[in-house]
Amino acid sequence: MTAASDAVAWVLLIPICAAAVLAVLPGYRLTAGINILASLGTLLAALSLLVIERPQPGQYLLIDDLNIVFIVLSTFVGFTTSVFSASYIAHELETGRLTPGYLRFYHAMYQVMMFGMNLAFVSNNIGLMWVAVEIATLTTVLMVGIYRTHAALEAAWKYFILGSVGIALALFGTILVYMAALPVIGEGQDAMVWTVLISRAATFDPALLNVAFIFLLLGYGTKVGLAPLHAWLPDAHAEGPTPISAVLSGLLLNVALYAVLRFKILLAANPDAISPGPLMATMGLTSLLFAAFMLYRRRDIKRLFAYSSIEHMGIIVFAFGMGGPLANFAGLLHMVMHSLTKSGIFYAVGHIAQVKGTQRIANIRGLTETHPALGWSLVIGVVAIAGLPPLGIFMSEFLIVSSTFARQPLLAIPLVFGLLLAFGALILRLTSLAFGEPRGNTAPAGASYLPMFAHFALVLTAGIYLPGPLVVWFQHVANLLG
Amino acid sequence: MHNLAFDIAHLLAGGLVLISFMMLYQDRLYALLNIFALHAVVLALSVAWQAFVQNAPHLYVTAVIALVFKAIVIPVALHRIVKQLGIHRDIENAVGIGPTMLAGMGLVALSMVLMLRVTGAADPLAREDLAFALSVVLLGLLVMVTRRNAVSQVVGFMSLENGLVLAATGAKGMPLVVEISVAFSILIAFIVIGVFLFRIRERFDTVDVGALDEFRGERR
Repeated sequence: MTAASDAVAWVLLIPICAAAVLAVLPGYRLTAGINILASLGTLLAALSLLVIERPQPGQYLLIDDLNIVFIVLSTFVGFTTSVFSASYIAHELETGRLTPGYLRFYHAMYQVMMFGMNLAFVSNNIGLMWVAVEIATLTTVLMVGIYRTHAALEAAWKYFILGSVGIALALFGTILVYMAALPVIGEGQDAMVWTVLISRAATFDPALLNVAFIFLLLGYGTKVGLAPLHAWLPDAHAEGPTPISAVLSGLLLNVALYAVLRFKILLAANPDAISPGPLMATMGLTSLLFAAFMLYRRRDIKRLFAYSSIEHMGIIVFAFGMGGPLANFAGLLHMVMHSLTKSGIFYAVGHIAQVKGTQRIANIRGLTETHPALGWSLVIGVVAIAGLPPLGIFMSEFLIVSSTFARQPLLAIPLVFGLLLAFGALILRLTSLAFGEPRGNTAPAGASYLPMFAHFALVLTAGIYLPGPLVVWFQHVANLLG
Repeated sequence: MHNLAFDIAHLLAGGLVLISFMMLYQDRLYALLNIFALHAVVLALSVAWQAFVQNAPHLYVTAVIALVFKAIVIPVALHRIVKQLGIHRDIENAVGIGPTMLAGMGLVALSMVLMLRVTGAADPLAREDLAFALSVVLLGLLVMVTRRNAVSQVVGFMSLENGLVLAATGAKGMPLVVEISVAFSILIAFIVIGVFLFRIRERFDTVDVGALDEFRGERR
């Protein structure tokens, strides 16, 4: 075993071992600590992938420029969320919404979910990737329903049914890809290995590949939250514990997006297959416009930001659908910025909802007066997510819009319209949440601000200055995406 | 011999589609569960036959899993759940039986046209298997959307997964990873479902999913 394959193994082994340990250990302080430590360990293992030499792609595992971006992002948000989760869960235990037994279950499931997501990223086998996405889905279903209230059960049930149907369609697509590869590569394991598939994709039967991609786009697209397959997303975000909303928006949507991108590359390698771009661009644009309109009628603060996630996933899928080095670069940057900003917002929203004891927007007012740190964090977060300069999302949105103008000016009109619409809705809600006469509970919040500040600082830095090596890296990945 | 092999595979896969149709018009919960058990038995036979024809012993494992879990354990467990919870035995349909059957026929025609057209180059056995499998998947979806009852939605979902297993075994030499994972996922899914059914019952005194709608966060 070389250092490189060791690092990959650690990314997978730490979460799964931690899950086994957390499932049996009692005590809130100890388990929350172990959860944080395990997430930190996974993050360090992921970071070490950046510096050491890459292992050769094997039958099951693969490390390349594309998935390292996803792995590092996902383990980083996983780590900060575990820090946030420790203080959030402490409050939930005090108020009795969670019992110690459920807490043990919660921590174990958190690590299993991290394992599933990391496995999806590093897998070189399309079957294994599917299994990993399924693991991540099932664990989040269980966590969404953990409060056992009416609404939480309904959300979990809806998520379970829609997510399973999506994942079933994705499996059918995976089988079709195997069928397309069968005459060229031959029977057995090799016809499911991504690196082998991509090297021979040009000779696959294009018709079969087309149908396969439709199933994969619909299947994994359900998990990305693309309209009209998004119905599970707002409920799952609103009714589960807030740390789970943060990882759902920040990470799980990315996992499904990553799967779509892998198959997009595969399809692009075949000259006779349909080009996946227009399909993705249409779905992305639909999601953006739909979510932008829906933002106006939200009364629940977590639902508001869940719809904002649909909007941003729409923008990202649109950017990747446009294709080309610039749009891909912008899409990648937007994905990173959205993950960081949205999970940061959910950390703030989690503490706000706990302090105020409600998620209703109408009952939360004047946060900047009563809780300056939380209130102003929310302001920064919403300003960032709405796409105002100088924060990171402004830059990526600007790049997407300008590349669209250069290539398809007509498409830029609905895109800009959607962006402005969403901007208006978010600012409208923000003014009532953050300013005005304070309403509701004014007790001080026992919050952990560090994860939130770390995320917003990164987003701000990225908006002002992107380090040279990072730009080169992203450009390289953008070219890879075609 | 080759022709016989083909005919039997054809018969079993076609039988699976037919049984999917039978699910569409059941209006009693127990009857639906029995039909699902039959569905799983035919699936197990079909998978076993594929194992024999393709000379792929690992597929026998899949057949046994299908027989034990889907034809025996899950239907029996669901029977018990229905009995213990005293769930209403009649199934409420969201759409009438006539339109549902027509829609089902349309879906089968669609999957035949689609799959037979795009798989022209593939082996005829795999080709027809895939077309039947897609029909079963779509009919499973139809069962899920036309039923309001949580138990029958679960049955629809499991018949959908049966279609996926049929597709996976029809594809020659597909690695074992997938079959095991499909079986595994059903097992996990079942645990999830079991837990949820109990919880839903505990909270609502009904497993009619329609009752859930009233608790949506937007209407609070």
